[in-house]
Amino acid sequence: MLWETVRLALTAITRNALRSFLTVLGVVIGVAAVIAMVTVGQGSSEQVSANVESLGTSVLVLRPGAQMMGPGARDNAPSFKLADVEALQDLTSLSAVAPTVSSSETAVYGNSNRSTTITGTTSAYLEIGGWEIARGRSFSTAEDRSGANVCIIGETVRTALFGSTDPTGEKIRIKSISCEVIGLLVAKGAGSFGQDQDDLVIMPVRTVQRRLLGSQDVSSISMTVASGVSSERAISDIKTLMRDRRRIAIGEEDDFSVNDMKELASMLNSVNSVLTGLLSSVAAVSLLVGGIGIMNIMLVSVTERTREIGIRLSVGAQASQVLMQFLVEAVVLSLLGGVIGILAGLGLAYVAAQIMAIPFSPSLDVIALAFGFSAVVGMVFGYFPARAAARLDPIEALHYQ
Amino acid sequence: MSPPLIELEGITRTYGSGEALVRALDGVDLTVEKGEFVAIMGPSGSGKSTAMNIIGCLDRPSGGHYRFNGVEVATLDQDQRALLRRNYLGFVFQGYNLLPRTTAIENVELPLIYKGQRKAERLVRAREALQRVGLEGREHHTPSQLSGGQQQRVAIARALAGEPMVMLADEPTGNLDTKRSVEIMELMQKLNREAGLTIVMVTHEEDMAAYASRLVVFTDGKVVRDELMQERAS
Repeated sequence: MLWETVRLALTAITRNALRSFLTVLGVVIGVAAVIAMVTVGQGSSEQVSANVESLGTSVLVLRPGAQMMGPGARDNAPSFKLADVEALQDLTSLSAVAPTVSSSETAVYGNSNRSTTITGTTSAYLEIGGWEIARGRSFSTAEDRSGANVCIIGETVRTALFGSTDPTGEKIRIKSISCEVIGLLVAKGAGSFGQDQDDLVIMPVRTVQRRLLGSQDVSSISMTVASGVSSERAISDIKTLMRDRRRIAIGEEDDFSVNDMKELASMLNSVNSVLTGLLSSVAAVSLLVGGIGIMNIMLVSVTERTREIGIRLSVGAQASQVLMQFLVEAVVLSLLGGVIGILAGLGLAYVAAQIMAIPFSPSLDVIALAFGFSAVVGMVFGYFPARAAARLDPIEALHYQ
Repeated sequence: MSPPLIELEGITRTYGSGEALVRALDGVDLTVEKGEFVAIMGPSGSGKSTAMNIIGCLDRPSGGHYRFNGVEVATLDQDQRALLRRNYLGFVFQGYNLLPRTTAIENVELPLIYKGQRKAERLVRAREALQRVGLEGREHHTPSQLSGGQQQRVAIARALAGEPMVMLADEPTGNLDTKRSVEIMELMQKLNREAGLTIVMVTHEEDMAAYASRLVVFTDGKVVRDELMQERAS
C-alpha cells in the first residue's frame, strides 16, 4: 500500500505538471539564491581573512602627510630620506625597515613588454611583505647600498616577458636601464581588492631614485614590529623619533602618519562581513519570495485538490491514505526543488568565485537552512490544506467551491 | 431472514442552529431490500439528495438510526465508514466527479487501488467494467476528451468496478440530453435486472424514474409516497 501511495503521488505530480513545476521552481529559487549569495559572501570574507593572516606580524607603514588628509595635502609635508630609514633601523621595537619608492614603467624584453609598477626598496621589503623567492636570489647588501642594476620580478611580469622560461640571468630594459633579473617571486595571487599582487618589479631603492625618479625622496617606509612588542608601542616609538627628526614642536600636529596594515585589513574584514550580511538579507528575501510562490500555488489549487480528495474519499479511500499521498507529493516536490536548487546555487557561487577570484567555500549550514526552509514551506502548504479537506465529510469535500 | 440492505429509521438531518435551523430531513423511514431499483423523487430542497448522501455515508445524520446490512452506521468511525464505501457502495454523481487529466481506465481503477488490488488485476477489472458500460476503446481518453454521456459511463464503470452491493446514483442524467439519458437509464436497468445490482437513484425527471421498480417521493424532508411501479420495458 505504501508503494501504491508513492505511485499515486508520483502520478499526481506528473499529471499536474504545471503546478508541480511552479512549486519546484519556488523551492529552486529560494534555495539557489541563498546558497549562491551566502557562499560568495563567505568566500570573499575568507579571502580577506587569508590576507590578514598572510601579513603575519604587524606591518606598519610610515608616510609623509597627516592622517586622513585629502589628495594633494601631503605636498606640504617633506618626504622621508634614506637617512630616516637608517634612524628607524636603530629602533629596537622594529625588526625590519624598508624604504619604498615606486614608479610606473614599461619593462621590455626582446619583443615583449609589460607596463608594471617598479618598486624601489631593499631586501628587507621581501621579509616585510611576506614575499618568497621562487628562483634566483634576493638583493645582496652591496646591491642594496650601491644601487646596482638588478631586479626581482613578479610572476605576472615573468609570464608577460618570458612565458614559462627561467628569467634569472636575463636582462630586461626599463627606460634607459638595462637590468639583470636576479630573482623571481613566488606568486601571491589576487589581493583584498582583487588587484594583481604579482604585477611588480622590485629594484634596489637607490637605483630607482637615481635612474628613474631623479630624486632622493622615499615615498613610504614599511616596517615590521619586533616580536614581543605591541604595535602601539612601536608606533609611539616611531612617532617620537620622527617628531624629533622633523623638528615638530610640542603641541603641533604630526606631518606624517603611521598605519597599521593589519588594522586596515581587519577593518576591511568588518566591511566585508557587513557586505555578507547584506547579501544574506537579500538572499533571505529571495527565500521568502520563493516560499510565498510555493504557498500561492498550493493554496490556489486547494479547490481542485479538495474535490479530488472528495472523489477519493467517496470511492473508499481513508483520510490517512489520502493524506499520505499528499505528504509524499509535497516531500517529493520539495526534495526535487531542493536538490536542483542546491546544485544551481553551488554552480552560480562557483562561477562567481572564479570570476571574482575568491575562494569557493560552500557552507553546509546555509545549504541545510535554505533547503530546510523551502522544504518546510512546501510540505506545510501542500499538506495542511489537504489535511483540512480529508477531515471533511466526503460530501462537503465534493461540493467545495 | 437476512436483514434489509438499507434501513433508515427516523433519520433527521439539520443544518445551522436556532432561528436559522434548517431541517433537510425530518424523520425519514425507508427500507431497501437487495435487488431493488429505487427511484427517489421530490421537488428541490425536499431532502432527496441529503437522504442519498446519508445512505452513501458521505454525510452523517443528525438523529435516527441507519442500519446497512444490519450494521448500525452511526457507531462507525470515519475510517470504518470509508471501508463501508470501499467494499459495499458505488457512487454515480450528477457532475460525474472524475479525476481531471486522468484516463478513463485510471479513473475506474481508483476504487480498486484502495481495495489493495494489484496493478494487473486492476487493469483486468477496470477494462471489464468499461466494457460493461460500452466504452471499450476509450480506455485512454481523459474526461475532457469524452462527451458527458461517456463521462457518466466512466463514472458508472468506476462504481461497478468495486463490485458493490448498492449503486447510489444522484441525478445521474441531470447533465445529459434525453437520448444520452435514456441510454444511461437502460444501462442501469440492465445492471439491475441482469446482475441483480441494488440501485438507489435520485432524479427529478419522471421519465427517468420510470425505469425503476419502486418510487419514493420526498416532500419537506419526509417520505410522502412509496410505491412499487410497473417497470418500463426497455
